[in-house]
Amino acid sequence: MKGTIAEFCKNIVLAGVGSLTLVDDRAVSEEALSANFLIPPDESVCSGKTLAELCCDSLREFNPMVRVSVEKGDLASLGAEFFDKFDVVVISCCSLATKKLINAKCRKLSKRVSFYAVDCRDCCGEIFVDLQKYNYAKKKTDGAAECELQYPSFQEAISVPWRSLPRKVSKLYFAMRVIERFEEAEGRKPGEICIEDLPAVLKLKKELCEAQSVNESHIPDTLLERLVMGAKEFPPVCAIIGGTLGQEVIKAISSKGDPLKNFFFFDATDGKGMIEDISNPNLES
Amino acid sequence: MASLQHSQAIKGAKVLMVGAGGIGCELLKTLALSGFQDIHIIDMDTIEVSNLNRQFLFRQSHVGQSKAKVARDAVLRFRPHISITPYHANVKDSNFNVDFFKQFNVVLNGLDNLDARRHVNRLCLAAEVPLVESGTTGFLGQVTVHVKGKTECYECQPKPAPKTYPVCTITSTPSKFVHCIVWAKELLFAKLFGDKNQVNDLNVRSNDACSSSENTNDVFEWRDDEDFEQYGRRIYDHVFGYNIELALSDEETWKKRNKPRPIYSRDVLPDKMIQQNGNVDKTDDLSSASAMASLGLKNPQDIWCLMENTRVFLEALKLFFTNRKKEIGNLSFDKDDQLAVEFVTAAANIRAASFNIPSHSLFEAKGIAGNIVHAVATTNAIVAGLIVIEAIKVLKKDTDCYRMTYCLEHPSKKMLLMPVEPFEPNKSCFVCSSQTPLSLEINTHRSKLRDFVEKIVKAKLGMNSPLIMCGAALLYEVGDDLEEDMIANYTANLEKVLSELPSPVTGGKMLTVEDLQQEFTCNIYIKHREEFDEEKEPDGMVLSGWTQAPPEKKDDKTSIGNGASSSKSLPTEPMDAQKDIEVKEISDGTASPGKKRKMPEFSEGCTLDQSNDADETRNDKKIQKLDDDDDDDLVMLDHWGKDTSKKQRLQ
Repeated sequence: MKGTIAEFCKNIVLAGVGSLTLVDDRAVSEEALSANFLIPPDESVCSGKTLAELCCDSLREFNPMVRVSVEKGDLASLGAEFFDKFDVVVISCCSLATKKLINAKCRKLSKRVSFYAVDCRDCCGEIFVDLQKYNYAKKKTDGAAECELQYPSFQEAISVPWRSLPRKVSKLYFAMRVIERFEEAEGRKPGEICIEDLPAVLKLKKELCEAQSVNESHIPDTLLERLVMGAKEFPPVCAIIGGTLGQEVIKAISSKGDPLKNFFFFDATDGKGMIEDISNPNLES
Repeated sequence: MASLQHSQAIKGAKVLMVGAGGIGCELLKTLALSGFQDIHIIDMDTIEVSNLNRQFLFRQSHVGQSKAKVARDAVLRFRPHISITPYHANVKDSNFNVDFFKQFNVVLNGLDNLDARRHVNRLCLAAEVPLVESGTTGFLGQVTVHVKGKTECYECQPKPAPKTYPVCTITSTPSKFVHCIVWAKELLFAKLFGDKNQVNDLNVRSNDACSSSENTNDVFEWRDDEDFEQYGRRIYDHVFGYNIELALSDEETWKKRNKPRPIYSRDVLPDKMIQQNGNVDKTDDLSSASAMASLGLKNPQDIWCLMENTRVFLEALKLFFTNRKKEIGNLSFDKDDQLAVEFVTAAANIRAASFNIPSHSLFEAKGIAGNIVHAVATTNAIVAGLIVIEAIKVLKKDTDCYRMTYCLEHPSKKMLLMPVEPFEPNKSCFVCSSQTPLSLEINTHRSKLRDFVEKIVKAKLGMNSPLIMCGAALLYEVGDDLEEDMIANYTANLEKVLSELPSPVTGGKMLTVEDLQQEFTCNIYIKHREEFDEEKEPDGMVLSGWTQAPPEKKDDKTSIGNGASSSKSLPTEPMDAQKDIEVKEISDGTASPGKKRKMPEFSEGCTLDQSNDADETRNDKKIQKLDDDDDDDLVMLDHWGKDTSKKQRLQ
């Protein structure tokens, strides 16, 4: 429950979803407060409440018609039956392994659950979308047309060979994968990274680029430096990513409008909000 | 670029926000989170029920209170140690003068109307304070940076007249047919047939906003003991009769407006409705789906009289209750739903009759109702984020990094957020460039000074407190500290034709028009002309050399802005629930991805710039995106008409 998720929750609660369940057992920390407007800082630190509980109180006020609740427990250990209760699952600030695990659990369910993974670091943000096999109504000038999209899983998406991707794919895509791999290899929590790690991160980048047979210039060092230094979220980017994600989730719930497929990237330094379709062409047909 | 996040420039900055509405709430929150410590915020509005589903800093208990003040208190809850100074006032008030603006490092606009935007633009130019301007419309949004001498000002390019109306225009003081359509569709139709849990402004007037809608709710409920015509007449008399009488009791409202006329069903249609058209078989499918069919009205292009509208109103209501009872409570307006369109057309026309507004045919009403676009809360959130990013660049004086950003509904070249380099100032802009005089063709023997003040100085030049001089002679002036004899003098001048003023204004003379508050002066060269085309030149005068939009065109769609009714929660239809009724219009081609596309220009709830056939004197900006093999995207800005195209690099 950091800034991006706070923004996202505000948006869907205002929009009037039926119910929203929050999972985050962590206690309030200064870092957690930095981009989160749902938590009044002074009284919260000593309240003994978890982040999810504090956010829940504020969100309820936004729209009394929406049932907002808290579920305790470690996200990674929650069983498939837990996810079966939802139409949409959104995770944030999760390790590579957790992202894959939750995505896989959602995919195994008998019903279709829309899955989103979102991350903001410094001036950058990423949204991953997996709607599995998704049918929706596309608005045409006269009436609506039925459309179908097939999404890859997170595992499938990040396994797409880099050299098979078009040259102009957002560099942020590769940079985020490097950071993800670094944190996993070092056993770090998501965001537990600092400037001292930069040499090791650059080394990993070199290895990954070589293994993928792509030129190292695919991932600018300056971009990695920014991501390593600013694990903290930048509130304007939280608003932009949380807003975009909110819109996507509303689209998915109502099965109306073209959804993102399957990554969205925003970098405040160039100001571009890009959609990238990163899926193995062999999987589609 | 060094990190935007850790900029020292943020902490020391003093920021002025204008507007605490849809964009404003999001903006104030994001500014506070981003580390801004000294924020001033101006908004003259009070909180309405319809704001609550989007303007997340406000609660039901705040209805009727100042937006600026409540927004401040709400943000201080999570950022107690920063300074937020609220002003519950109109930004056009005289105390917000150039000196006031000079104290700020940057001004951020979250406004919903063209007039205020132009006013702030001029003050920022005069005070030499950078302005970050913004607007949203449905899923579309735009953020621009205006820095004097470096980028274009807000008025360098033509802006279409905004079609944004405050909520009270819809609920209490309609003056155009579109206001009646919005009322009929978003308030009355939603109240009768939509989700009962939705918040609705139908019975809530802004001046007694606390009066809970609960007391009045039951008025709209069908009672077991009444037949549907009785029920329909009760609704009719309540909304077109009783509510209008109630509104009339507030005399202040009607001092400068034409009073509406209460209409009761018994006066229009004294007898109980009977089968009007014997040859229509009531049981056939058509007449159960359409009040028109059942009443024998055939041509959707006909304009119905009050009696016909009344019959359609009652019949449509009856048909909803007899044939579509299951849907009631769950209906949302659909322009392809014949019965819904009939009901809304009739209701809008009856309301129009009450307010002395011309009636329209079902065909026209359907078009207007179908063009209403709702405000989307997430677009405001995204745009607020973009504003803060530009504000930080402005404070860091990263001139080369300024971007104008478009927030799109459908991706263009994979982009949903599309940054473009800002345009340079327009050298012939009558607002920000060295004063090239405007010229005015006018019949100096027939037009009064009042016509000139109303149609040119206020409507076109956007001046608030003008002073008009001919040579050294002062003809007119507005101000708080004028002597009484001067006021009498000016009032007398207003009624004189130009050529008969104490200092006659005739062909060849130069008028100087100045707004002391905006510190903005225009020179207008007068050309006498006898005749004007009533249709093409309805003002009876033609101003040239200014940068406003061409007159409305037929294909312009209408939009109303800034909320009217809303739905706080609608679990089954979140898509619709989320949208507030910032009615809005989207022009053709605005959001379609393509190689060549026009860039829209918008404001929270106002028209897009569809200057396809803009006034030839103005440049029509077109943007063409080219493929480029290196990393940067190239954007071709094609200045239509005169300029040769120039290429601009993104990034």
